[in-house]
Parts: sequence; C-alpha cells; structure tokens
Amino acid sequence: MPERLMIGTRIRERRVLSGIRQSELAKQAGISPSYLNLIEHNRRRIGGKTLLKLAQALEVEPQVLSEGAEATLISALREAAGEPGVDGPELSRIEEFAGRFPGWAGLLTDLYRRTQGLERTIETLTDRLAHDPFLADSLHEVISSVTAIRSTSSILVETEALEPEWQARFHRNINEDSARLTEGAQALVKYLEGAPNRDAEVQSPQDEMHAFLAARGYHFEELERDVAGPRDVMRLLKDEAAQAMSTPAQSLTREVLLRYLADARALPLGPFLARVRTIGLRPDRLADATGVEIAQVFRRLAALPEDEVGPVGLVICDASGTLVFRKPIDGFDMPRLAGACALWPLYQVMAQPQVPLRARVRQVGRGGEVVGALAVAGLAAPAGFDRPALMQAHMLLLPDPGEASGGVHELGVSCRICPIKDCVARREPSIIAEGF
Amino acid sequence: MGKKVLLIEDEPNIIEAVSFILSRDGWEVKTHSNGHDAMEAVRLRGPDLIILDVMLPGKSGFDILAEIRGDLEFAEIPVLMLTARGQMKDREMAEKAGASQYMTKPFSNADVLAAVRDLVGA
Repeated sequence: MPERLMIGTRIRERRVLSGIRQSELAKQAGISPSYLNLIEHNRRRIGGKTLLKLAQALEVEPQVLSEGAEATLISALREAAGEPGVDGPELSRIEEFAGRFPGWAGLLTDLYRRTQGLERTIETLTDRLAHDPFLADSLHEVISSVTAIRSTSSILVETEALEPEWQARFHRNINEDSARLTEGAQALVKYLEGAPNRDAEVQSPQDEMHAFLAARGYHFEELERDVAGPRDVMRLLKDEAAQAMSTPAQSLTREVLLRYLADARALPLGPFLARVRTIGLRPDRLADATGVEIAQVFRRLAALPEDEVGPVGLVICDASGTLVFRKPIDGFDMPRLAGACALWPLYQVMAQPQVPLRARVRQVGRGGEVVGALAVAGLAAPAGFDRPALMQAHMLLLPDPGEASGGVHELGVSCRICPIKDCVARREPSIIAEGF
Repeated sequence: MGKKVLLIEDEPNIIEAVSFILSRDGWEVKTHSNGHDAMEAVRLRGPDLIILDVMLPGKSGFDILAEIRGDLEFAEIPVLMLTARGQMKDREMAEKAGASQYMTKPFSNADVLAAVRDLVGA
C-alpha cells in the first residue's frame, strides 16, 4: 500500500513547512501526538475524519494529502517506466520516489517527454526525406541508369558471339547511361550537401532563378531603358552568372525577365517613380492613375530599387497554390518546397478574382513581424474551349502600415513548421507544435 | 517456346536490354512505353506475360495492374512488376494490386529470365 502509506510523509512535510509542532497539530486534529507520530511515519493508515481534520489544520485540500501534488508526476513517471521489465524501475516504490525526490522525478519526466518529442521530430524528418520529391526524382534517375547499365553490360559480357551491330549499340547505350548516371549522382550530391544550409546552396531551377534575381536586387537597369527589348533579355542571360545556371533555370529566368520587360514598357521607370512619390505605395491608386491591372503595379513596385521605395516583397502563386515567384521581405518567410500556409491572403483572393484584399498579417513563431499584405487574383492566360483559364494570385508585402489599418491576422509559413494549434487550415501535423 | 511477352517500361535502354535477352531466350517481345494507353496495348498484343514498370509517365503501374486484373480476359495473366523502390510498402501494394511477382531495380538479367520462365511455366 505505498500510496496510502505516503500520506504520512506528506502530512509531515506540510507540517514542517508551516512551522507547526507535532503536538500542536495533534491537538488541533483531536488525536494524540504519538498517534500522529505513527501516521507521519507511515505506520498507521489514515482516512475519513482524521484526514479532513488534519487537512483543515494544515490549511490544504484533503486531496493534496491523499493524492499528493505529485499525482501527475507519478502518472508521468509510470509512462516513462513503460512496460515493466525484469530489471526495470521499481514500480512499487514510484510514490516514494516522487515524494522523496520530486526534483529528480521531475527531471526524469522532463527528459522522457523531451526524448519523445525528439523521436517524433526524427520520424517526421525521416518521413520528409522519404517523400522529398527532388530526392525521389534524382534517386529514380540514378537507379534507372544503373539498371540499364547493369543489364546492358552483362549482355556484352555474357552473350557469346554478339553481332558487331548489337555490340556497337550496347556500347553506345552504356556510354549514354553512364553520362546520365554521372549527372544524377552529381545532382544528388549537390542537393544533399546543400540541404542543411537553406541559403548557401542552390537546389531547384526555381531556387537558381530566385538566387539570380536576388543577386541583382530584383532590379534590372538594362531592361529599364527606353530602347530596351527582348535582345537585352538575351544579353542578360549570356552574362556569367546566368550561364552558371542550369538550362531549366535559364529558361525560367528568361520568362521572368520578358515579363519584367513588358511591365517596364507599360510603366516606364521615370514617370512611375514620380507617381509613386506623389501617390505613395498605394497599388490601387497607382493602377487607376496608370490604367493597368493592380497585379502589374505589384510587380512593378517589387522591381523598383530598394533605395527609392524601401523594402517591397512579392509572392505569386498559380491556381495550384504553388509559389512561382518569391521576392522576400524581412519578417515574412516563404517556403521553398512545401506549400505555403492556406491562411495567406494570397490564397483567399483566389476565391474572388479581381477583388483586391488588404490585411495586416504576422507569421506566428520565430522572427515573424507584422507586415502589410495586399493581394489580388486574376487571369494569367485566357481560357479556350479546350483549356481552362489560368489564374494567378499576387501578394505584395510592405512594412507594417500601422494600427490604423486594422487588426493583425496571425498565420503561418507552412504547416510542418507552424506552431499554431487547432488551426482549421492545417493539412499536416507540425514537427514543432507538439513536443517540449 | 515462342511465347509472347509485353514489356511496359519507359527507359529506352532498359527496354533494349530486356528485349534483347528475352528475344535471345526465344520470347516474342512487344514493348510499350507510356502509362496512358497501356491497357489498350495489353488488349492489342494479347501477351502470355506482362512485365510492368511501376513508375510510368501518364499512369502508375499499380493503376494499370488494377485495370489488367479488372479485365476478365487478363485477370489471370502473370504480371512481373519492376520498381526502383525496394520499400516494403511498394511490395505490399504490388501484392495487393495482384502482381504475380515483384522485382527491384537494378536487377540481373538472369533473375529476369528466371522469373519470366517461372511465371509462364516454361
């Protein structure tokens, strides 16, 4: 009966804490000092009236004496003990342990919880690795070329009297596949080396393109001149930094620069900057004044030099929600691989094309700052009878416009790293919401 | 022999190598390299055995296998599944979908030959 027995210890501790002498407490409870002494040393069972009287005298709830403040501690210890084994912890003395060494017991349960949290984190990370689309693609590429090489080379070695034509053909195939294997293996190494450092190593073509744009501050003087044309885009793509990119990244960059050129033609730098100086960073007014779509004003604002207009962030997504363009702003994170938080105004405007939305938002968690978000969705390419209309949403991010613009909406970056609890928009568990 | 095998796989050099070893072993080899119309190819060729890759452009090998098993004419045909992933989950999925045998890439030519001979009882 260890749990019953330990009531005595708790009574004694309470009494000593309150500075009451044993004889005095016994008197108040209406029992003899020697009987109380036996109780306090867990040598007499106690219940009912005596317990109530002692609790009253000690000014505590009777449950504190009967169950102890360590009740939760004990259940946590039980959990930590797990299945009883031969050499496992002494479950029968768990109460005594928690009662006599509450600090150590607390430490033990904390460590146990922390271990569990870390185990969950590892599981999630492993899971993420297993489902990483880039990794899966690269591995598939490597395995496919290895399979072809293995099969082809064993034909070359094992087939007696292989005709010269076949021989030549298989040699050529092996050569091709080994080149593919090299490329695949290099991509894999590059990816894995880059993985721990988010900013240093470039990964996907999208990342390469964004790194290229970021290095130029998202502003291209070459495309701002009156006489600028597609030829200048091609020239930009011939420079050293652009040539260092992969072919897919180059083609993405070309599209983005051609759009930049069209935007710059619609809203030439000089007059547009003059309007921004008089009207301010108000995309709707600027759109009215210049007769273009708000989205185009967004892109143009994000392409202005930062020393003219201050920090301006921009994110563009397509109808699948994929972020196809990201110009970051301090205090607002944009996920690189995973889908972004469904609470972003960027996604809200998808439900009502052409209707702009403005909000003050803050990403919950580390480093999140209040920023002003302005979003609008619209047609990116018109529909035909054989294809759907392609929609895009733009979200401009500006430094906090201040409380006058309304309350702050809390949102996240991406579910996996989001600490918001009970979120209706959650689509997968967070690796940090639970745990420690 | 002269039995007919349909190889559904999208890697041209794997197609070439596997076709070569099977033809040398006396099989009549037909190939098909995308997922969209794989079922049509099965109906058209009427093979004695199908070698089916899991990762195909257009449609997953598991879906194609389900279609094959759903067709009364091919419900019992031996199907050898090829995959680049050796995970238990894939193996289970293949078994559930009704694969007769399952082989992980990279495989040896001898293993493929042994598997197809075994499946057709040749």
